[in-house]
Amino acid sequence: MARRITFQQAINEALAQEMERDETVVIFGEDVAGGMGAPGEDDAWGGVLGVTKGLYAKFPGRVIDTPISESAYVGAAAGAAASGLRPVAELMFVDFMGVCLDQIFNQAAKFRYMFGGKAVTPMVIRTMFGAGIRAASQHSQALYPIFTHIPGLKVVVPATPYDAKGLLIQSIRDEDPVIFLEHKMLYAMEGDVPEEPYAIPFGEAEVVREGSDVTVVAIGRMVHLAAQAAAELDGAGIGCEIIDPRTTSPLDTETILESVEHTGRLVVVDEANPRCGMAADIVAMVSQEAFGNLKAAPRMVTPPHTPVPFSPVLEDAYVPGPDAIAEAIRATAGAATRA
Amino acid sequence: MSAVIEKLGMPKWGLSMTEGRLLDWLVDGGDEIAVGQEVAEVETEKITGAVEAPGAGVLRRRVAAVGDVVPVGGLLGVIAGAEVADAEIDAFVAEFEAAFVPEEEDAGPEPEIVTVGAGTLRFLRQGDGDEAVLLLHGFGGDLNNWLFNLDALAEGRTVYALDLPGHGGSVKRAEGLGSLTAAVREFLDGQGVERTHLVGHSMGALVAAAIACESPDRVASLTLVDPAGLGEEIDRDYVDGFVAATSRKELKPVLQRLFADPELVTRSMVDDVLKYKRLDGVDEALRSLAGELFPDGHQQRGLDLEAYDGPVLVIWGEQDQVIPAAHADSAPPRAEKRILAGAGHSPHLESAGEFNRLVTGFLSR
Repeated sequence: MARRITFQQAINEALAQEMERDETVVIFGEDVAGGMGAPGEDDAWGGVLGVTKGLYAKFPGRVIDTPISESAYVGAAAGAAASGLRPVAELMFVDFMGVCLDQIFNQAAKFRYMFGGKAVTPMVIRTMFGAGIRAASQHSQALYPIFTHIPGLKVVVPATPYDAKGLLIQSIRDEDPVIFLEHKMLYAMEGDVPEEPYAIPFGEAEVVREGSDVTVVAIGRMVHLAAQAAAELDGAGIGCEIIDPRTTSPLDTETILESVEHTGRLVVVDEANPRCGMAADIVAMVSQEAFGNLKAAPRMVTPPHTPVPFSPVLEDAYVPGPDAIAEAIRATAGAATRA
Repeated sequence: MSAVIEKLGMPKWGLSMTEGRLLDWLVDGGDEIAVGQEVAEVETEKITGAVEAPGAGVLRRRVAAVGDVVPVGGLLGVIAGAEVADAEIDAFVAEFEAAFVPEEEDAGPEPEIVTVGAGTLRFLRQGDGDEAVLLLHGFGGDLNNWLFNLDALAEGRTVYALDLPGHGGSVKRAEGLGSLTAAVREFLDGQGVERTHLVGHSMGALVAAAIACESPDRVASLTLVDPAGLGEEIDRDYVDGFVAATSRKELKPVLQRLFADPELVTRSMVDDVLKYKRLDGVDEALRSLAGELFPDGHQQRGLDLEAYDGPVLVIWGEQDQVIPAAHADSAPPRAEKRILAGAGHSPHLESAGEFNRLVTGFLSR
């Protein structure tokens, strides 16, 4: 039975249910229980925003506070995964990936390939991303395109509490390394989530709403801002079909292409920087595969190619908002139809 | 106000419905209409259905326009005799609009949970009459399949709609038909229901018939709706497609096979089924039931009513694409048979008004 819980509670519940079901599931991270050096019994932290709270007491010995050394504990997680555990490592902010990138892209992502398909690496890295909390350029980035670029990694960017739970359960059960990206502005969002465990398969986009005029592909928090823009444009007689890919690797290109075949117009909304990002990737894919269906040039709605500003005014201007999204949709819908 | 003026209101189909969108008027203003005649088409989150006239007379006013979203209980139109003055109709509408308050969302009974040997069972109880009616959904269904029928059947009766094991909000484990039958028997014992009418749809009809034969004294009557078990054929595309589908794209055409009019399948209906199918245990439960009952497009279990001599009603949608309506010919000769034109495998959803009249009439005898 479904009831309303937050995005954050949905993640906590997915972890708890998988730890309950499978005793090889363990959690590593900074302050995921009591905080380094603290006894932990008080379950004082449960992660920097409390996402893992309560798990330390429920699963003794399986929620492990680590030193502030991402290269050590992410590397340990990769090794643990290759040797029989299912670790879920928490990288506090995705911005810290740089210090453990070798462990992720040149070790975990490659084991299956380097060992002739005989090794599996069922490891999840949960990490927080995104702008909006005045945390400046070192704690606000949307770095999922970098992981998406690396074959051997699966990359998940949930937009709703329902998807967060089902995709995290799938991530834990998956035999390959998965990067699971949680937008920090979504943690408090509520939605209907079944109490029972369930898994959402990777590579299946969610058609958030149907519409016949413009296909809008949006990722993570941008799904909700695109929905606001679409609601506004209903009044102007522009019907938007919003597609949330949910996983950027694998990417459900089929759903996007089918939609564009039907609308002939594409807008991609992405919080990541515009160069070599998901928006550019999806626009290129559609231009190549469905050029004949396009009635107007596809558009990307992204932040500018700059670090995330610390000034609140500039940060708000940096993140694509409903107005910028609506403007791009209007421009695409109004563009002259190609002969 | 004159008693001959009757409100044509937005119906409430199912617990979660709070409003509906008027898709089309099926009659013109000024048309003479009969009780039960379908007068408008309404789309809800869950399904599209026809609104039936609550009384006979002339449709004097079409208050709602096509495309309008009207809350449950809100005014769609006004039915009255031709002799009623226009001013009286105007006054009726004005008075209604002034006094109308949409009902709170939480109205109506909430599903309950009980525990039997197999695990937890979810059910809904509605009404409080002396006679009990137990509704058993089909393969892959749940208690919400009866959303158009609960109100009508619960008038003067206590209706239980149950999620069978492996389904809906019940335990996600089902080991063959026997496990379903055992759970239903335990459920009835637990609720203290000594004797009940059974209404079973498709696979649920197999369960109902098994219980009727085991304990004929406890079964007041048996209503079989597009039942499994009266012939060998079953649509393989439906059974296998339902089990295999993991995306909305795959599932929608499968669910459309349940109805004569595929347009009835809404996004929300597809979503609900997809969310159910993703729950841990459901895939195994469905595969186990399909493997036992419907392997390779053939039905393995016959519905045998020799041990039951109570009243039997068989209702079948004429355009059933899953189990052919011709199987009704194999029902025992004493059974009453009704074939509903314009309905597919789920006449209780697709021709709800007629279905409800047939069943309430049968139960009242």
